[in-house]
Amino acid sequence: MPKDELKSEYKLVGTRPDRPDGLDKVTGRARYGADFSMPGMLFAAVVRSPHAHAKILKIDASKALALEGVKAVVTRADFPDGLTGEDWNLQENTIANDTALYDGHAVAAVAATSALLARDAAKLIEVEYQVLPHVTDVDEAFAPGAPAVRPGSADHSVSSREVDLPDNVRHNVVREIEFGHGDVEAGFAEADLVREGTYKTEATHQGYIEPHACVGQMGADGRGEMWVCTQGQWFIRKFCAAVLGIEASGLRVTASEIGGGFGGKTTIFMEPLALALSRKAGGRPVKLVMTRSEVLRATGPTASASMDVKIGMKKDGTLTAARAVFRMQGGAFPGSPVDLALTCAFASYKLPNVEHIGYDILANRPKCAAYRAPGAPMGAFAVESLIDEMARELGLDPLDVRLKNAVAEGDKSSYGPTYNRIGLVEVLEATKAHPNLSVPLGPNQGRGVATGFWFNHGGETSVSVSVTEDGTATVSIGTPDIGGLRASIALMVAETFGIGYDDVRVNVVETGALGFNEPSHGSRATFASGKAAVTSAQSCIKQMCQRAADKWGIDAEAVEWVDGAAQPAGPNAGKFPPMTMKEIAETMGATGGPISGHNETTMDGVGASFGTHVVDVEVDPETGRTTILRYLVVQDAGKAVHPSYVEGQYQGGAVQGIGWALNEEYVYGKDGRLQNPIFLDYRVPVASDLPMIDTVIVEVPNPGHPYGVRGVGETGITPPLPAVANAIADAVGVRMKHLPMNPPKVLAAIKAKANG
Amino acid sequence: MTKVHVTTTVNGEEVEFLADPRETLLDCLRDKLDMTGAKEGCGTGDCGACSVTVDGTLVCSCLVLGVEAQGKKVETVEGIADGEELHPLQRKFIEHAALQCGICTPGFLVAAKNLLEKNPDPTETEIRYWLAGNLCRCTGYDKIIRAVQDAAAEMRGAA
Ligand code: FES
Ligand code: FES
Repeated sequence: MPKDELKSEYKLVGTRPDRPDGLDKVTGRARYGADFSMPGMLFAAVVRSPHAHAKILKIDASKALALEGVKAVVTRADFPDGLTGEDWNLQENTIANDTALYDGHAVAAVAATSALLARDAAKLIEVEYQVLPHVTDVDEAFAPGAPAVRPGSADHSVSSREVDLPDNVRHNVVREIEFGHGDVEAGFAEADLVREGTYKTEATHQGYIEPHACVGQMGADGRGEMWVCTQGQWFIRKFCAAVLGIEASGLRVTASEIGGGFGGKTTIFMEPLALALSRKAGGRPVKLVMTRSEVLRATGPTASASMDVKIGMKKDGTLTAARAVFRMQGGAFPGSPVDLALTCAFASYKLPNVEHIGYDILANRPKCAAYRAPGAPMGAFAVESLIDEMARELGLDPLDVRLKNAVAEGDKSSYGPTYNRIGLVEVLEATKAHPNLSVPLGPNQGRGVATGFWFNHGGETSVSVSVTEDGTATVSIGTPDIGGLRASIALMVAETFGIGYDDVRVNVVETGALGFNEPSHGSRATFASGKAAVTSAQSCIKQMCQRAADKWGIDAEAVEWVDGAAQPAGPNAGKFPPMTMKEIAETMGATGGPISGHNETTMDGVGASFGTHVVDVEVDPETGRTTILRYLVVQDAGKAVHPSYVEGQYQGGAVQGIGWALNEEYVYGKDGRLQNPIFLDYRVPVASDLPMIDTVIVEVPNPGHPYGVRGVGETGITPPLPAVANAIADAVGVRMKHLPMNPPKVLAAIKAKANG
Repeated sequence: MTKVHVTTTVNGEEVEFLADPRETLLDCLRDKLDMTGAKEGCGTGDCGACSVTVDGTLVCSCLVLGVEAQGKKVETVEGIADGEELHPLQRKFIEHAALQCGICTPGFLVAAKNLLEKNPDPTETEIRYWLAGNLCRCTGYDKIIRAVQDAAAEMRGAA
C-alpha cells in the first residue's frame, strides 16, 4: 500500500472498501457512452473544416442524400438564429455558421442506417471554402496587426485607460483583467533580489480515453432524450436546449458511465447535432461517437499561455512583491482560464504587494474547455520556476522559502479573500519529513520541488436520500462517478445513518429525477454531493426519530439516533428498547408514509486544497531525455473519505502534469492544421515512462464539511510542471522556460549552455 | 458493399455474423455481437482499450478486420471471469482501486492476463513494458501495477 498517515475517528469514513460499481467495470458490463443502443437507431458522422480559418461559401449535400440509407443532413441552417453571449459561442462551436474558425470545426452532419454509411455520406458532402488568414500561436495572436479571428470582438475596456493598447489594434484580445493589492513598485524596492522571466506553456488535451459519445432522440415537438458520457447531465440539457432553442424540461438526459473527463466533458461539443439529426429524421434515435482525431481536433484542449512574472525577495527568502502578466489563448472563443491562472498564481504565499494583469486572446484553435484546475498549472509553472531560481541564487532551501512565505488561516490571499483553515504549512512540513528527500542523487540527477493550489468549487447541488422499505438506504445523486464517487458517498451516508456500507445504494440519476446539478467538476463531487447527501440523511434520521417518538408516546426531542437506531435520550425520556432503521422502515407505510430527505442548495463551505510535489529526475546529456526516478505528492485532503481514491487523484494528477511537462503539446503546422491528432503523436505518459507515485495524505479538516472533506481532484496537476522544470535545472543546470521539456529542447538547452 | 459471413469462437462460444470487409473485429464484437466490453479509445492501435486475444495472441481489435476472425478463437474481457468467480486480476483491480473511470480496465485486464499466462512472475519493469501499449489517463498506473503484482503473487500461490 502507498504510504499514508491516516488516523480515523470514524467507523467507515476513511476506510477502503471495494467500490460498488467495481464488478460491472471489471467484467465489461458497465455501459459507457458508446455502449448504448436503441431500436431503429441511426448513426451519425460529422463533416469538419480542413482549414484553420475559412469562409464557407457553399454546402452541397445532394450526393450524400442520394445514397440509399442516408436519412438526414443538418447544417447551421437547421439551428435557430439570434443567440447571444455564451449560448451563441456554444452554438457556433457545435456547428459553424458562415466561417470555419479552426481545423476540425464542424460544418455539417449526416445520419444514416450504419456507421460506415454515415462516414461514406460525410465524404460526399461538398463544402466550398475561401481560405482566410489565420493565427494559432498565443503571442502572434496578441501582436498588433495579427489576423482577426473574429473581427469586431476586441475589448480593451481595462487597458485602454492606461496601457499602450490602442483600441482594436490588438484585434484578438477579448478580455482584460487587472487586480491586486499593495504597492508593487515599493515592494520591489524593498527586496534584496528582483528577478523576472517569461514562460510559455503549450495547449494540452485532457486526453480521456473515452471519446465523446451520445445517443440523441428528439421529435418534431422539441421533446427528446439523450444518453451521453458527460460530467454533468444538467449542463448537457441546458446547453443543448439553448443551442436548439427548445425548452430544457423537454429534454431528459441520462449520463452513461464516463471514461474520464478532467473538465473536458463539462460542456457540449456535438450533442445538439445528434438531436437535430434525430428531429430531421422523423425522431429516430441517432448515435454519434467521435473518433480520436475528432476529439483532439475539436474538443477540449486547454489554453496555451505566455507569461511574464516578476518577483522581489529578501535575503532570507521573504517575498516582498510580485507581478504577473499572463496572456492566454483559448481558441476561437472567449474563455481561456487566464483569470483562474492569475487567481492561483501566488495563492500559496503571503504577499503584501501583488499585481495581476491578464489577456484573454482568440486564436484559430478549438474552443478550450476546462482541464483539471484550469489555468493553475500554467501559472504555477511560471511562478514556481522563478521562485526556485531565486531561492537557488540566494542559496536557500526551496522548501524553506515556501514555508517562510506560506499562507495560513487568517492570511489575506493574493487574490483577495482571507483564508479560513487551510493546510499548506502542514503539507510543507510533511514534505520536509519524507524519506524521499534524503535519497542521495547521482550525476545528471536532480531534485525539484513545487507547490500548488486549487480553491475548489461548491456549485448548484441536488441530492435525495430515501429510507428503503427493508431498512437500507437509496441515494440519488446528479454528479457522475468518474473515480469512486459512489463509494465515497455510500461511506458518508452509511456513517451518518450508522448502517453498513453495503446497505447504501448510490445511483447517479437522470435529469428528470432531481433538481439541477452542476457537473462533477471543480473538485466538488465528493465535497458537495457528499455534504448534500449527509444533510439529506440527517433529515431522514429526524423523521425516523419522530416515528419512534410517536410510537413511544414521547417528544421527538427526547429521542436520539445512535448506531442505526432510535433510542430514548437519557433515563428521563423513558425506557424503550432501541428501534432500528430496519424496524422503522418496515412499518413506515403505516406510520406516516415513505421517509426521504433531500437537499437543494448552492453549496457553501468549500475548503481549498494545497499540495507540494517533489520529483527526482535523471537527464541524459546525450539525448536530452528526462527520466522520472522518484515522485512524491503531499496534499491536504481535509479528510480522505476513501483514501485509495484520494491517492488515485494525487497520482493521476501528477502523471497528467508530468505528461504536460515533458511530452504533450498541440503541434500546428504553418497551414494551421493540427499535426498530431492521434495518440501515437500526441503522446501521453505510458506505464513504462514512470515509477510508482508516492503519496502522503495530509488531513487538516475543512470546517465547512460534516466530515472535513476538501475537494482533492485538481490540485495535483498544478505542481508537476514547475517541479519537473526545477529538477531538470538541478540536474543539468539549464532553466527550461517553454513547455514541453522534450528531449530536443532539453538537449538544445544543454548544448547552448556548453557553448555559451 | 457485399458482406462476408464469418464464423468464429468468442469466449468459447461459436458465433457468426455478417461483416463488411472494412469493419474491424472491434466493430463486429461491439455492433454485431453486442459485446461492448472492449472499448474504442483511438482506433489506431495506440491505446489498448480494445485489447483481445486471437488464438492466444494479444492484439488491438481495432487493427484486426472482422473477417480475419474466421475460424479463430477470440477471448475478450467478458470471458475472463469463470461464471460468478472473478479472475484474481479482476478482484485485485477492485481491491487496489486500480480503476478510476474504468474505461481502460477491460484492455488492461486482457493484456495483464495474457502476460501472466506467459510469465507468472514478472518484475515491475516487465509489467510496465508489457502494459505500455495500454493507456490509462486516470490512475498514473501505480495502482494498476500493484494490482497486477498482487494478482500474480496470488496466482503463484505466494500471497
Ligand atoms: S482502440 Fe484499439 S488501440 Fe485504441
Ligand atoms: S481508469 Fe480512467 S483511463 Fe484508466
